[in-house]
Amino acid sequence: MDVATFLVQCLNAVQYGLLLFLVASGLTLIFGIMGVINLAHGSFYMIGAYMAYALVPAFAPHAGWGFFAALAAGLVIAVILGYMLEWAFFSFLYERDHLQQVLMTYGLILVFEELRSLLAGDDVHGVKAPDWLSGSVALGDLMTYPVYRLFISAVCVALAAGMYVVISRTRLGMMIRAGSSNREMVQSLGIDVRLLYRVMFAAGVALAALAGMLAAPVSSVYPGMGNQVLIICFVVVVIGGIGSVRGALAAALLVGVVDTFGKVLFPQAAGVLVYVLMALVLLWKPGGLFKAT
Amino acid sequence: MKRATLFAAIAALAAGAIALQANSQGPKIKVGLMLPYSGTYAALGTAIENGFRLYVAEQGGKIGGREIEYFKVDDESDPSKATDNTNKLVKRDNVDVLIGTVHSGVAMAMAKVAKDNDTLLIVPNAGAAAVTGAMCGPNIFRSSFSNWQPGYAMGEVAAKRGYKKAVTITWKYAAGDESVGAFKEAFEKGGGQVVKELSLPFPNVEFQPLLTEIAATRPDIVYTFFAGGGAVKFVKDYAAAGLKASVPLLGAGFITDGTLEAQGADADGLLTTLHYGDGLDNAKDKVFRAAYEKAYKIQPDVYAVQGYDAAQMLAIGLNATKGDVTRKADFAKAIEAAKVDSPRGPFTMGASHNPVQDIYLRQVVGKENKVIGIATKALADPGRGCKM
Repeated sequence: MDVATFLVQCLNAVQYGLLLFLVASGLTLIFGIMGVINLAHGSFYMIGAYMAYALVPAFAPHAGWGFFAALAAGLVIAVILGYMLEWAFFSFLYERDHLQQVLMTYGLILVFEELRSLLAGDDVHGVKAPDWLSGSVALGDLMTYPVYRLFISAVCVALAAGMYVVISRTRLGMMIRAGSSNREMVQSLGIDVRLLYRVMFAAGVALAALAGMLAAPVSSVYPGMGNQVLIICFVVVVIGGIGSVRGALAAALLVGVVDTFGKVLFPQAAGVLVYVLMALVLLWKPGGLFKAT
Repeated sequence: MKRATLFAAIAALAAGAIALQANSQGPKIKVGLMLPYSGTYAALGTAIENGFRLYVAEQGGKIGGREIEYFKVDDESDPSKATDNTNKLVKRDNVDVLIGTVHSGVAMAMAKVAKDNDTLLIVPNAGAAAVTGAMCGPNIFRSSFSNWQPGYAMGEVAAKRGYKKAVTITWKYAAGDESVGAFKEAFEKGGGQVVKELSLPFPNVEFQPLLTEIAATRPDIVYTFFAGGGAVKFVKDYAAAGLKASVPLLGAGFITDGTLEAQGADADGLLTTLHYGDGLDNAKDKVFRAAYEKAYKIQPDVYAVQGYDAAQMLAIGLNATKGDVTRKADFAKAIEAAKVDSPRGPFTMGASHNPVQDIYLRQVVGKENKVIGIATKALADPGRGCKM
């Protein structure tokens, strides 16, 4: 591997890692801070992608900004969906044991998959990226790199920074952190924990849906796409330390690097390398790389 | 007294049920459709069933002089449930013939059960080599293709066009390995060389690192085997990486089958090989397409053709045995000797019960896989490992 190739592969690794972070961050919020094992997280990613498929053409007439209008509309729907789901289902799960959480969220996967099949059919669909983002930039004379992928990375970095600021620098972040470590105490201080959790769950769903919408133009939209990201997201969350947004970012980048170079250097073992990484990290630090925020 | 009436009622019900069963066992032939009706392959399962029913309807609803009764099971494309599902049809419903399926892993389990119970099986899609290779049997037939066939044909085309250096890329699973292996076999026989075999775990779709490898290797061509969502993403990523213009992408037909809408302009001009395509110049296909569209209001695809031909093969066997499914040897002999008048063009059965058929070279034009020639005429799967 020469230097140019190596650098492009590094870019691939970072780019993939950032996308993973985007999906996994919502999961680590819900799983780590609220304590709910949410297997339906992949479904929210899928819902996001299908919303992009449905909404982007509807907003397309608005020149280059139609795509972002569609994103905004999708986010609003995702927040509402998350809020309703928390109210109807998840609010009953906090005190239950993990098996019941797994059962219910697995049930949700089946429901969402069936709804998807009824509403959108089983075909594979493409989503068009906005014109001014659909070009490519040349990387030396080796190959070209789609601008849209770089755009996704930029959005992911911005979101990571935003989440960091919200969680560690704002009052809301303080309540979230406090709520995760001692629910009763926060409640007795006069903070409406139920509302807090509801908002946080909605935010988690919105993050997953946003990831799905952003990824739709590059990954295309197809049945079962949610389950594919779910497993790798759990790996990221577990490596990073459950509930730690910072850890999720570090772990996502680590997984990106291992996956990218694994595919190139050890193709025979590419399928298991990420899990080997997880096992090694857990042997070294059983709680994951970082403590919960 | 009360209890007596209860028993009487139960007895009456049971008698009714037996009578019903006896009635349905009469002259009807029981066809077990084990196809995916949910999940990624749901559309394929439906197309196969549509094709099958279309042929039966054309025969006036009867095959070999017997009416047909369908038993349907959704195989969910899940190999872990395949044996149980097949047993349901064979043991519980007592079907005379099994039709299925799309997923290769499920089809292998079906072949195993069919073999153990000596039930007729016609595979209307799954291309796994083993079905008409190591697992082959006198009661097992395939109306579709083997993974080896399109790959081998494309290898010949690539070598004939004078390409020397190829890179292959696929998912690391049986279908991908078989297709890529066949391509390599023909391409290297024709004087080319496969310089790198790239793969990634199924169903991973993060292709970027491997595309970078391709760019760094600079081969003359890339041969690929992907299907469904992975096919869409690969073709789009390949174009976005700027490779489409400099390194021609060749593939087994599945890379552009049923995916063109989503791939858009990125698929334009791609060359693929398959046993079916758009714009075939044969009368049978035109009639078939018109009839299919009239019946189901959509255009048929390769899967519908395979379902249609599965029914044709069943009819050939049953006509020869006058509707008697127990005469397995005569049934097999009839199919082996027949020329199946398929919309894809006529084909015969190879020794291992896989179609000996023309593999077409196709090019993506607009939203169609236009047939631009025959890649390999009357190509027979080698049927490796088949002892019959």
